Amino acid sequence: MTRANITRNILRVAFLCFVASFVLAPMLATVFGGFKTNAEIRTSAFALPDSWNWEFYGAIVSDPAFWRYLGNSLMISSLAVVLTLIVGAAAAYVFAQIRFFGSRMLFSYLLLGLMFPFATAILPLFVKVRDIGLLDTYWAVILPQAAFSLSLAILLFRTFFEQLPKELFEAAYIDGCGYVRFFFRFTLPLSTPILATVGVFVFVQSWNNFLLPLVVLNSREVFTWPLGMMQFRGEYVTEWNQTLAFVTLTIVPAIIFFLAAQKYIVAGLTGGAVKG
Amino acid sequence: MAASAPSQVYSAPGRRLSLTERLRLGLNNGRISATLILLPPALILFTLFVMLPLGESFYYSFFNWNGYGVPTDFVGLQNYQRIADHSVFHVAVGNTVKIVAVSLFLQMPLALLLALLIYRKTPTNAFFRLVFFLPYILAEVAAGLIWSFVFDGNYGVSASLAQSLGTEPFFILADRDWAFVAVMTVIVWKYFGFHMMIYIAALQGVPEDLVEAARIEGAKRPQIVRYVLVPQIKPAIIVSAFFAIIGALQVFDLIIPLTNGGPSNQTHTIVTYLYTFGLTRLNIGFGSAVGVILFIVAITVAVFYQRFFMKRGQS
Repeated sequence: MTRANITRNILRVAFLCFVASFVLAPMLATVFGGFKTNAEIRTSAFALPDSWNWEFYGAIVSDPAFWRYLGNSLMISSLAVVLTLIVGAAAAYVFAQIRFFGSRMLFSYLLLGLMFPFATAILPLFVKVRDIGLLDTYWAVILPQAAFSLSLAILLFRTFFEQLPKELFEAAYIDGCGYVRFFFRFTLPLSTPILATVGVFVFVQSWNNFLLPLVVLNSREVFTWPLGMMQFRGEYVTEWNQTLAFVTLTIVPAIIFFLAAQKYIVAGLTGGAVKG
Repeated sequence: MAASAPSQVYSAPGRRLSLTERLRLGLNNGRISATLILLPPALILFTLFVMLPLGESFYYSFFNWNGYGVPTDFVGLQNYQRIADHSVFHVAVGNTVKIVAVSLFLQMPLALLLALLIYRKTPTNAFFRLVFFLPYILAEVAAGLIWSFVFDGNYGVSASLAQSLGTEPFFILADRDWAFVAVMTVIVWKYFGFHMMIYIAALQGVPEDLVEAARIEGAKRPQIVRYVLVPQIKPAIIVSAFFAIIGALQVFDLIIPLTNGGPSNQTHTIVTYLYTFGLTRLNIGFGSAVGVILFIVAITVAVFYQRFFMKRGQS
């Protein structure tokens, strides 16, 4: 390397570190804040804590409400993923394998969900969910979420299914395997990469969703964690250390999940970029 | 095309099957029953929870209705008239435009610059990529709470600044003129990593030969960036701009913990406006009209974008 190259590289890394500190400072202040007393947060918000007080974190971890919020979210997100994958893959399979009158039209119809934001129909959705009697149940969140995820799921699934080798179906067909059995026996097992990508994408969206649960869930028994966190914030307005500890405890699983599923999240991201 | 494959197995090539034969085959191999089993769940779910509510938005928007019983108080276009005359709605639309502008002219160039600095696959770059992507992983509500702490005049960055300067702390989120600047800072912080990742994926797909050829021709780094790399990843830039615009139309979760639309309704976006004036006051008709406006804007953007920027037909 020449000297000019080395200088340039040092400048580059220095600039990257500068941006990284801007990115990380608020998050670190949050993690540290959960260890500080309120007096200490007031005087030094961004420094390391003087002494590591575990009691605020401990109080939240031993609060059953915290685990109930997380459990509700886990339940809702998982069921939304399962529903989207099964229903979406089944429909995409029909579009990929079977040609019938009106199939293009129905396909376009199911993709309409890509065209407009979820919030557009949130009020009629609220009225509908209430009239069906689903308010304050998991299904009030799961069903609309799965329905709105269907468009992207069907688009990605169909593209993937069409690329599976045709010979496979012909061979299975000669052996007397019908369309429905082929779907469960071969198409689904062969499609785990795309199922994982879409599954992770739907899970993250559902896990982080705020607007829909806010509108259809009123009882703290069924609150998802974002609602629980806002509730908690409301109760401890003047005690930032409590809220910061709570926020930290919800960030940590998200980061661990991201590190574990990084491949699929980035794939889902570029997959989502295809949707146009 | 896949469906024709099995029929070829049974019939000699070139021979066309009669309608009855095809029907019999269709029934025999379960094509029709497969369609009738596998397709309807998606159609029902999608219709019930996406298309029907969308249609109802249009219908309800012509009524003055609190959501109970049947809408009877038909008011024509009055809801739309009230929205058009409402100064808070003008603020909300203005804020959305501001978010788009900041995304296009600040966030995307920053993301592109960073992508150009770290797109090559080295351990250092992988580390920075991860760090810059972290804010995007966080839930909007969590990010909003974190920053409402940072901006809190009694505790966060402004408190520290005030202490070192010996001045009164500044409550930026409670300031009419500066609150939305703070909100936009958070938006850039939260989403630049997302755009950066799109560019990185695209930059890694640019053939190395092209860069090498330009270098042999004597092109310096800035010229390579300007004449080779950026033109090569133009589709990615177009897509990320689309996401920036569509994303700006949907901002909601971040605003609630940061400002909740205040102070004096200065930081509303279209969705927080819809929520605040439609749902919390149970003006279902009014809120539905806001939803319809949001729908029309989103569809217009999508159609316009496809028409002018995106090359169709590759799928």
